[in-house]
Amino acid sequence: MPAPVLKLSHITKRFGSLTANDDISLELYAGEVLALLGENGAGKSTLVSILFGHYTADAGHIEAFAKPLPAGDPKAALAAGIGMVHQHFTLADNLSVLDNVMMGSESLWQPFTRRGKARAKLLDVAKRFGLSVDANARVGTLSVGERQRVEILKALYRGARILILDEPTAVLTPQESEALFAVLSQMVAQGLSIIFISHKLGEVLRVSQRVAVLRAGELVAQARASETTQSQLAQWMVGRALNPAQRHPAQNVGEAVCVLDQVSTAPARERLNEASLTLHRGEIVAIAGVSGNGQGALAQLLCGTRPASAGTVTLMGRALPQKPAQLVALGVARIPEDRHEVGVIGDLPLWENAVAERLQSRTFSRFGWVRRRAAYAYAQRVIEAFDVRGAGADAPARSLSGGNMQKLILGRALVHPQRDATATPKLIVAHQPTWGLDIGAVDYVQRQLIAARDAGAAVLLISDDLDEVLTLGDRVAVIHDGQLTPARPALAWSREAIGLAMAGAGKAIGQAMAGAGAGIDENERASA
Amino acid sequence: MNADLFANEFFAILANPEFWVAVLRIATPLILGTLGVLLCERAGVLNLGIEGIMVAGAFTGWLAVHGGAPLWAGVLVAAVTGALLGLLHALLTVGLALSQHVSGLGITMLASALSYYGYRVSFPKVSTPPTITPFAEMDWLNVPILAQQSPLTLLALLLVPLIAYVLYRTPVGLALRMVGENPQAAEGQGVSVAALRSGAIVAGSALMGVAGSFLTLSAFNAFFFNMVNGRGWICIALVVFASWRPGKALAGALLFALFDALQLRLQQSGSAVLPYQLYLMLPYLLSIVALILVARQASYPQALMKPYRKGER
Repeated sequence: MPAPVLKLSHITKRFGSLTANDDISLELYAGEVLALLGENGAGKSTLVSILFGHYTADAGHIEAFAKPLPAGDPKAALAAGIGMVHQHFTLADNLSVLDNVMMGSESLWQPFTRRGKARAKLLDVAKRFGLSVDANARVGTLSVGERQRVEILKALYRGARILILDEPTAVLTPQESEALFAVLSQMVAQGLSIIFISHKLGEVLRVSQRVAVLRAGELVAQARASETTQSQLAQWMVGRALNPAQRHPAQNVGEAVCVLDQVSTAPARERLNEASLTLHRGEIVAIAGVSGNGQGALAQLLCGTRPASAGTVTLMGRALPQKPAQLVALGVARIPEDRHEVGVIGDLPLWENAVAERLQSRTFSRFGWVRRRAAYAYAQRVIEAFDVRGAGADAPARSLSGGNMQKLILGRALVHPQRDATATPKLIVAHQPTWGLDIGAVDYVQRQLIAARDAGAAVLLISDDLDEVLTLGDRVAVIHDGQLTPARPALAWSREAIGLAMAGAGKAIGQAMAGAGAGIDENERASA
Repeated sequence: MNADLFANEFFAILANPEFWVAVLRIATPLILGTLGVLLCERAGVLNLGIEGIMVAGAFTGWLAVHGGAPLWAGVLVAAVTGALLGLLHALLTVGLALSQHVSGLGITMLASALSYYGYRVSFPKVSTPPTITPFAEMDWLNVPILAQQSPLTLLALLLVPLIAYVLYRTPVGLALRMVGENPQAAEGQGVSVAALRSGAIVAGSALMGVAGSFLTLSAFNAFFFNMVNGRGWICIALVVFASWRPGKALAGALLFALFDALQLRLQQSGSAVLPYQLYLMLPYLLSIVALILVARQASYPQALMKPYRKGER
């Protein structure tokens, strides 16, 4: 066996009482993709941050190309040929692609930049690995997929021989992911080594030669990709056998709850453009699409935080109220996309966050004073009913893990303020409800949505995750550039058709499907 | 009020070369100060210490010259004073990652108070402020209007293209802008965020010190209380007006100086029947209008006022 290009020996890292990495030893060889698999919080990101010098390990050492790598020094990691593509891109939006790529590559005290030379080198590297990009474009104007290419180019430009990709497909369309995999195989063919971090089992088996599984900071298993299976990996990752998510089709679809008729919102970075959609009692309508195509506008419209500029929106036969508090009082449950920014107020305690949406209701306030006891009791009920694990109702919301924060948001949306009332929400607007959650939490959130649907709620599920859309959605519509395709039964869509519609070929697809008799008009809802 | 008479006087003011000499003179400390703020903010650090740093620069520069040092040595002393106060700001905001507002305001209060204290201690029993011989006009320069300025004005004008060049055409300038936009990205490319931010604050504060020294070594010949009089705050606003670009900063400083010179003359004009306080308001009012028109599209350095702590998520 050839010598490894990278060798991690007995890496241990603690944050306070948490052991994020526990005595991890790993080797990486030239020309291979090593997948690092694990749930959120398993220690994948910590491990590669140590590798790249963002953190310093408490114990253990690293060798790159048979030379010891100094700890805690990104510059040394770069010089040793290690490049990192972060999950949250580290790019400056206001600077050009070329600026972003060449920054830091020249001596800081050189009296001028060699832009011409840098541009030529960038184009050369881009061509070699099939990563086309406009060197003069401002990064802020690029799509997510393009930004990722810039991030990869940045590492290759600096001569990286080992590339670390942190959850690279989390932000990509299926087609963009395929393009990325093609680029990765070109790199490997040219002798580069890649560490591919993911928690998606399918793509791990697809792109990697070897898989290393982390669980709770420990390296629990290593295997050749060709010699293992998804269920084996899942078992290593979670520590127990998991039943893959199954479709639970709607049984009792009732009357229309919410109707959008030719709705547009004012022009902005993201908008709706003459979108029509009907949501019925007891069904989940899932919206697929590349993020940034109007999903935010749709969610905000139904959450009362963005007005319609044209068209009509009705909720149970009446015009949709414009005030969020009125919406909540009418039974609209809201699960916003960004739980940290919009979902909770991080510095306020759990109990205040639990009642934040209903602060004006009589249950929780009287004469302008908060009824603390009632609010506190409600928060306790949410915490118990939804198993929110943390430091209790008085802890600040930001201390919660992502999964528990989402349970809190889900709980306050679904638990009725009156103790005995069993009324479920009329409408649930769930925008990326499982984004960034580990498998256990994803499963929990999805089951709650299905249970709410079966109890009679109309659920609008907006998700970037195609698997989630096709598993949970009773009907599926695709959004592109603010326009919605008609919502069709999930089984009537093929993955290819959805991918094409996400890329903007929705009209053609719709006609083709209608021609083949598979299409069902928006108004002639399938009872299947 | 006779409108025709007023208009005549107005155009007479604009036609007088002395008016434009005054515009450039008033603009000089604003140009220097604005460039100083621009350097700090491009690296992502707000420096509200400018008002006090200008006072300190005005005082120490003047004191050195009063003690017998040459004028240019006085300018150097003012620059070093500014740099030292900048180093303190860097220590607090970069090293300790404290609030940039609080640190900046603290430095303004500290620097002003220390300067006035130093002045009182040095000259306990004077009724009229002691004077020095300030910079002479640049008679040797064969350019109208500019020949009637002090060399510090020429320095300020030359610094504009120089700083623009450094920011947009050198590796250190690119790194500086990156640090102000996305410090994580800069660190990931092997650039030290702390060193670059501190360097930018020290250099910018040195310019603020020089801006202050222009007041005592060129515009006037003495140090007195409240002589900076809010010029530092104007510079903070001018940087926004300029969208953090050196060329626009020059334009903004000249525009403000134009309004200021105009109001000074309108106050004195025979047809002025309005209370002089209204004229005093003019430059500030027009600045606000200009800010509203221009600054709405301004794109802030993305990491401005965000402390960066290494190794934190």
